[in-house]
Amino acid sequence: MSEITHHIPEPMLAAYAAGTLPPVFETVVATHVSMCATCRAGMQAHEMAGGAVLEEGGAVDLSDALKADVLALLDGPAPEDRPAPKRKGIYPGPVMAALKNREPRWKSLGMGVRQSILMDGPDGSLRLLYIPPGRAVPDHGHNGIEMTLVLQGSFSDETGAFGVGDLEVADEELDHTPVAGEGLPCICLAATDAPLRFHSVLPRLLQPLFRI
Amino acid sequence: MLMTADMAYDTGKAQTKRLARRVQRDRKAVTDGQDMTDQTAWMLAVRDARDKAAFARLFDFYAPRLKGFVMRGGMDAALAEEIVQDVMLTVWHKAAQFDPERAQVSGWIYQITRNRQIDTIRRTGRAMPEELKHEDDHEPDAGQVLAMEQEAGKLKQALSRLKPEQRAMIEKAYLGDLTHQEIRDQTGLPLGTIKSRIRLGLDRLRHELKELREP
Repeated sequence: MSEITHHIPEPMLAAYAAGTLPPVFETVVATHVSMCATCRAGMQAHEMAGGAVLEEGGAVDLSDALKADVLALLDGPAPEDRPAPKRKGIYPGPVMAALKNREPRWKSLGMGVRQSILMDGPDGSLRLLYIPPGRAVPDHGHNGIEMTLVLQGSFSDETGAFGVGDLEVADEELDHTPVAGEGLPCICLAATDAPLRFHSVLPRLLQPLFRI
Repeated sequence: MLMTADMAYDTGKAQTKRLARRVQRDRKAVTDGQDMTDQTAWMLAVRDARDKAAFARLFDFYAPRLKGFVMRGGMDAALAEEIVQDVMLTVWHKAAQFDPERAQVSGWIYQITRNRQIDTIRRTGRAMPEELKHEDDHEPDAGQVLAMEQEAGKLKQALSRLKPEQRAMIEKAYLGDLTHQEIRDQTGLPLGTIKSRIRLGLDRLRHELKELREP
């Protein structure tokens, strides 16, 4: 596997550590971190900074009984835990969690392109995209931010080439036409905080239908 | 063969002894030459020997700071104490996940606190990266642990040297009061060397995991 060259922008890494990213972006960041030691180290550095803020800030007196209460609970049963989801095939743990441990449910978007929607709500949407080798995703712009993480195969657009583990963060400025590379079909995890804007008429008509 | 109560007791005792030896070895490895912070030593005693006295000291140090931190995030005192209780119990129950080669106790507690707070707000909980964990018989790298301590010390110094408004901004960011669009690239904290240091710890761990997966 080639080295990951496109990483998480610093403010997003800090926001992930602080827990302020919308869930759709948070899932993309957690997935990239599962694949990328550089960004895992970055995330942990921000956690250390958060720890320093916690440790150096002011302390507030506790109520008298709190310590005894906690100590009395140590021998009790450990609280129920959400088990950390495990990677399955090309899908890292956070994707499997978003899939609720099931297979993706692919829906055709035409021209061999497929999608499987994982989250869709007022805070944005998260989907898996399947693009056959050599195929282009229709030319589109964004109203907000779009994050695209490659899980299999590759794609390239006006800004560069993206392989497995690479993350593209596109904003309103970027109108791009991603084209899947040769070889394996390109499977991406894509998150947006606003609907995409397609420039040709047909996808625009299809937009509400496919919830892109 | 059925296990008798005596045998179970012996097994338990052997396990405790083995753990105690491991704590001693860890401490010795790390304290040869230089001291690790009390917090790290207490945390290792909790992790490896389930030492309740050490936990009580961790509680005395972190619980009031944690309460202050959560209240600065806008939570009232009663709710803040509920969070403190849950977080400190998680520290006890999940101690095995603490790894001084790539985290500090305060950073680890910070992360648990943010998870707890997000889990309260959201039905689905926080999206988390896959976990990486050392094997149980992993020999800690004393140099790495000490280097992490030093980096943490430098970070705290840097924080204390910031101008008040800059420090307030950083506090706001890590309290979760800023969106990613509001956080600037330069936070004023020197995280570069810390990242390289954690990366060394991770590479070592990944090497170990690779050997486990590819015999």
